[in-house]
Amino acid sequence: MLNVSEMKKSLLVSIWFMFLTFPIMVIRVNPIEKIVEWRWGNMFLVGIGSFILSFIWRYFIRQKESGLKKVEMGEKIIPFFEKLRSGDSIYLRSLCMTLSCAAAVFPFVFSTYQTTIMTTVLMYVVLGLGLNIVVGLAGLLDLGYVAFYAVGAYSYALLNYHFGLGFWTVLPLGAVLGAFFGILLGFPVLRLRGDYLAIVTLGFGEIIRLVLENWNEFSFGPSGIANIPRPSFLGIQFSLQQATVYQYFLTIGLALCTIFVVNRLQDSRIGRAWIALREDETACQAMGVDKVRTKLRAFALGATWAGMVGVMFAAKTTFINPASFTFIESALILSIVVLGGMGSVPGVVIGACILILLPEYLRAFTEFRMLLFGAILVLMMVFRPQGIISNVRRTYELKGVPGRTLRD
Amino acid sequence: MEYFLQLLLGGLTRGSIYALIALGYTMVYGIIELINFAHGEIYMIGAFTALIMSSVLTLYGFNEVSIIVLSSLIALIYSSAYGFTVEKIAYKPLRGAPRLSPLISAIGMSIFLQNYVLLAQTSDFLPFPTLIPEFNFMKNYEHVFGSTELVIVVTTVLVMILLTILIKFTKIGRAMRATAQDKKMAMLVGINVNKIISVTFIIGSVMAAIGGILIASHIGQINFYIGFIAGIKAFTAAVLGGIGSIPGAVLGGFVLGWTESFATGYVSSDYEDVFAFALLVLILIFRPEGILGKSSSQKV
Amino acid sequence: MRTILEINKLSMDFGGLRALDNFDLKMNEGEIVALIGPNGAGKTTLFNCATGIYAPSGGDIFLSPEPDRKIRINSLKPNIITGKGMIRTFQNIRLFPNMTVLENVMIGRHCRTSSGILGAILRNDSTRKEESGIVDHSYKILEKIGLNHFVSELARNLPYGAQKKLEIARALATEPFLLLLDEPAAGLNARETKELDTLIAQIRDEEKISILLIEHDMKLVMSISDRIVVMDYGRKIAEGPPDEIRINPVVIKAYLGEEFVA
Repeated sequence: MLNVSEMKKSLLVSIWFMFLTFPIMVIRVNPIEKIVEWRWGNMFLVGIGSFILSFIWRYFIRQKESGLKKVEMGEKIIPFFEKLRSGDSIYLRSLCMTLSCAAAVFPFVFSTYQTTIMTTVLMYVVLGLGLNIVVGLAGLLDLGYVAFYAVGAYSYALLNYHFGLGFWTVLPLGAVLGAFFGILLGFPVLRLRGDYLAIVTLGFGEIIRLVLENWNEFSFGPSGIANIPRPSFLGIQFSLQQATVYQYFLTIGLALCTIFVVNRLQDSRIGRAWIALREDETACQAMGVDKVRTKLRAFALGATWAGMVGVMFAAKTTFINPASFTFIESALILSIVVLGGMGSVPGVVIGACILILLPEYLRAFTEFRMLLFGAILVLMMVFRPQGIISNVRRTYELKGVPGRTLRD
Repeated sequence: MEYFLQLLLGGLTRGSIYALIALGYTMVYGIIELINFAHGEIYMIGAFTALIMSSVLTLYGFNEVSIIVLSSLIALIYSSAYGFTVEKIAYKPLRGAPRLSPLISAIGMSIFLQNYVLLAQTSDFLPFPTLIPEFNFMKNYEHVFGSTELVIVVTTVLVMILLTILIKFTKIGRAMRATAQDKKMAMLVGINVNKIISVTFIIGSVMAAIGGILIASHIGQINFYIGFIAGIKAFTAAVLGGIGSIPGAVLGGFVLGWTESFATGYVSSDYEDVFAFALLVLILIFRPEGILGKSSSQKV
Repeated sequence: MRTILEINKLSMDFGGLRALDNFDLKMNEGEIVALIGPNGAGKTTLFNCATGIYAPSGGDIFLSPEPDRKIRINSLKPNIITGKGMIRTFQNIRLFPNMTVLENVMIGRHCRTSSGILGAILRNDSTRKEESGIVDHSYKILEKIGLNHFVSELARNLPYGAQKKLEIARALATEPFLLLLDEPAAGLNARETKELDTLIAQIRDEEKISILLIEHDMKLVMSISDRIVVMDYGRKIAEGPPDEIRINPVVIKAYLGEEFVA
């Protein structure tokens, strides 16, 4: 592999990238003080980095191509997760048991700070699963998902501020309002082709944020809304620490509920229609599936979860402002779905853990967080579009026909 | 009346910039049917490179004309290099993949480039030097239409003419049109499709960079985020005119420019971006094929 | 015999190109009609107009699922037309590649079932019943078509011939009374074509489904069709039983050119 022509290729790539990044990476100007700073060290790093990366890049491209060839030759590539599933289910079951025990004792073992972080992770799990319905199952690229999240958060904050409505009253309301906005946006735009949908939802997300920022009388503008009450339990008010633990379990509850619902939807009549629509829209419609209605259902259902998590988010942070609902947030949720595996529930859970915990615990990553998200989206699409854990279609047990005869 | 004229000409200036960026979207879409979300970032990188190079050249005591020429030229070279590389990394490996894949990859590329500039440079707004000189003969009209605006509009018109000639009358233009029509057939008649796609990205990037330099000297400051909003708006312009259509992109750019200019002038300036997005949503709902676009029926 | 499909003066323009030009067609219950003609004659365009993928520029299409009902289906959406009982397959296979074979067929049951989101989440009795009904029905079709050993396989992993069959199975799952097949034999080998011949006859005789097919394989066309309609330049140039069409000079001219007409 390390022959001369390979070296030459990498050398060229490295020179190209040194040239490419020269003005942005090497020169930094301070136009006010009229100083130019030359950072030659960066050029060196880019050179070395791209030299090594180009080897890795070509290696994976070759891997991918040989993988494709294998599929064409009729060889099966059994995904890791399926191996796990088809293997002894005791392992899977004990894994689940361990995880749930760990989750149950977590807030009592670790600090409040850690519990808050885990709550955040769980919220993103729910958001990811919600978006997964829209992007992963139905194949609709929604880049304004955060708008529905904002709808939920602001409905709790405002309904509480004006009418004193409590968390438990607004939680279902937030879900309904999320779904309502989903339908409101979805109805006109779901007739459009997929790529137009992406840009319209992106625009819609920005509109919601801009309105929240500028309509001071309604949303209190950029200064946001403070003193949002935390959730109560049968009228009991908790201390901060208790409330954190309570919230943690609430979010676990929501996450479990979401996982349950998404799992059931996947293998239902509606779920199959979503996947078929994603696979081939024209054929799907010709087979009798109402395109707009089916898409609308996915869109509204995805928005419902975002609305609910929005309410929870407002209750958790007790303060919200439009800055929490930027496009970056939508991009983060999308990265979770793409990294984990579009359409795959365990994938989304793992994706959320990686993308939320990594920047949290490895401080060095925090700065490069967004750079990382961007890179993840590109690299996953190029090398592993199915994500870490690819979605496995259900096989049906039929009378006299073992479900997986052909897999073995 | 003067206010109206001011808004009209302001819209024309804005529209020119949108048109320049929209052309890149439309050409790429015409050839590989992809919304190149990273296109706005190419425009931003063009402006940044021009800013950096002009500062460096100023510091080394170059004269005014050579600063303008050199920094613009370098900016154009760099942005086309970025456009070329982006295509090779993020889109070329995805030919033939499901439609969603290159779209997600494009979003990722856009986020990556934004943060690359943010990290390597700064998150603050940087003052952009006035590259465009003041013309004496424009002095009397300065309150409605300055020298910069004049240069923007004239440059845009010139670029459009050049592009039209390139596409209509040159060999490479013919090859581009053929590739846009049918990639497989183009390949069969001996057109190097990969090369044509690269050329398309390069031409689109050059125009985006021209737009970037012009708008930066018009507004006077830039940061890493300018490409994102400008990108969405230019895309709106492209859709407005009919995506895939070159005159459509120009028309769409002007219509959007005027809409924004008048809406902010007469209604409210707080919602500047909302008008553009609302226009996008409306056009997609009522006339998704755009003003000049033909309604296309899918191949079955 | 009653008419189940009636196409009157159907026209379709693409810009300046007239793909269908005042085309008339009638289909009777229980018939197998073949639509033949050179490439670009407008055959697939006719299918696309009839199944709601294109909106025709002029003319009418009527469908009659029951003796006393006649529905104009010109501007209906494809899924509605499928619901009325007319279904098609595609010339270039359009399966759902990442779904299993069984699931592909199960999609065909979508328009004959009704459970919604709430049913899917709660999985109540009626949903479960419907669901197992879908699985059973779909499996029976696969058995009949001879694809039952592939049930859990992803559609994209199937060999070409099996994919073609799966398209037909998926179409049958919608319980049509009229089946439109777009070049079902294209790309099949001699043995597979023979099987297809039997299958088509079987579908007509056992399922009581009428069939309209586009086909270039003349041997197949001649052996199974009751009637052949020949198209050229969007118009009908000949119509009749196979034996007549075989010797029709107009048809020979359209296919082979002037000099071959004796």
